Amino acid sequence: MKFLLIIQMNPATWESLSEEERTEIAEGQTGFMEAITATGELVGTQALADPSQSTVVRGRPGAFTVTDGPFLEAKEYMGGFYLVDCENVERAHELAAMIPGTDRIPVEVRPVVYLAGYGLGEPAGA
Amino acid sequence: MSGERAVEDLLRRSAPQVLGALVRRHGRFDLCEDAVQEALLAAATAWPENGIPDEPVAWLVTVAGRRLTDQWRSESARRRREEAVAAQEPPEDRHAPGADVEMMAGAPGSVDDTLDLLLLCAHPALSEPSRIALTLRAVGGLTTAEIARAFLVPEPAMAQRISRAKATVRAAGGSFPLPGEDRDERLAVALHVLYVIFNEGYTAGAGRHLTRVDLTTEALRLVRRLHELHPGDGEIAGLLALMQLIEARREARIGADGRFVPLADQDRRRWDRRAIAEATQLLERTMATAPLGPYQLQAAIAALHAEAATDADTDWRQIVVLYGMLERRSDNPVVTLNKAVAVGMAHGPRAGLEVLDSVAGDPRLRRSHRPDAVRAHLLERLGDHAGAREHFRRAARAALNLPEKRYLEERAAHTGS
Repeated sequence: MKFLLIIQMNPATWESLSEEERTEIAEGQTGFMEAITATGELVGTQALADPSQSTVVRGRPGAFTVTDGPFLEAKEYMGGFYLVDCENVERAHELAAMIPGTDRIPVEVRPVVYLAGYGLGEPAGA
Repeated sequence: MSGERAVEDLLRRSAPQVLGALVRRHGRFDLCEDAVQEALLAAATAWPENGIPDEPVAWLVTVAGRRLTDQWRSESARRRREEAVAAQEPPEDRHAPGADVEMMAGAPGSVDDTLDLLLLCAHPALSEPSRIALTLRAVGGLTTAEIARAFLVPEPAMAQRISRAKATVRAAGGSFPLPGEDRDERLAVALHVLYVIFNEGYTAGAGRHLTRVDLTTEALRLVRRLHELHPGDGEIAGLLALMQLIEARREARIGADGRFVPLADQDRRRWDRRAIAEATQLLERTMATAPLGPYQLQAAIAALHAEAATDADTDWRQIVVLYGMLERRSDNPVVTLNKAVAVGMAHGPRAGLEVLDSVAGDPRLRRSHRPDAVRAHLLERLGDHAGAREHFRRAARAALNLPEKRYLEERAAHTGS
């Protein structure tokens, strides 16, 4: 089963951490990636820029507007994610708890219902 | 059948025979499995060009045996490992790949180790995804790339899973012969693995015919082969009949517009009557002779659906009885959920709701969309359209399978209108 482990970033919490703690969380991701690559459970991962870098697009091709992100005030936002393929939801929870920093920055675990790209062959026909 | 397709089929059929012969002689399942994969690749290149050899299995055993010897030689630097292998290997086999031809001529095929290999892949130390991957490679003869594509997992991740699974089996001392005491339990796990593979293919959707390996066909092939080898085993026969009965409905399950069609609304003229007759006969023979088991019971339920000319003509009372028998043999709330549907049809929606209420609170169903879907159907039959719409809506939100989700959304929108 595939799950998205979504790191729910809270800037206030992040800023309250000491520099060592932040470094530990950031550098610890490599170890986590290696661990779930070795088990064959990692499908992909992405870290996202701060929402201050977001823009919002409305309209259709050739006729659209671009505005700055209206979500700046949100307390939490998606900081990044791990896409995993594992045995069941219990295992997905275990994996989420292994992500460095989960004690301070919670991780949302959500099932994936459709997936294509990532070099996984043709779309599976929804 | 094109030449390449014929070769592919022959290779997949031969894979467990070749691997079984090697494991019997050399012990080391993990190394033998690598060697067999290489031999299969060599054959996939050579045979379409040069023709299929007279004794394909013997050819593969010889080539795989050579690869194994090469591997041991090239690993001479790793003394420790080599010594470990040497200790498990009869000395006369060491550097005699040529002799393999004579020794193995006529021998392959006389023993088929498909079942033992399946049981090895169902090792209790493995997780279910690992069992599935290893089964498809070691017994199904599929390549890692094919398995990775079938499950939409990156190939390196699948390769990693398979090599870890083999290391786990090796560390647990996995080889032939298997310990006799937990054979029944292992067989149940192995059959479950095959059923999961079958269902994965069945629910994968319309795109799977393009380049994905047809997992449904692979699972059916393996169970059919198992049944040929062990015709007296009631659960193997039961699983085969169950798969055939489900497969017989494949075409009717998808409507002209590509939408999911539930059993009750399927055009029964599109069911494969020949497959149904074959499965029903197999099931009748089996139930008359073998001890009863859960796959036979599930097949018996599927057979009652297959026999009915319309949904209303279904022998729902008998299906209720069979679900009751299944309930006593398994601790699975989904069985009771299915019984609620059958009771609703046999004894009215109120009786169905009572059964549903007895199981809906089971924590194992907490995230499932099925209790809401069942409740919606029962409420609809009671004439409570508002209630039915609400539960169709909830079920649609929780469903993880997209075609089913779409079907439930439609029911939520149109019930009572």
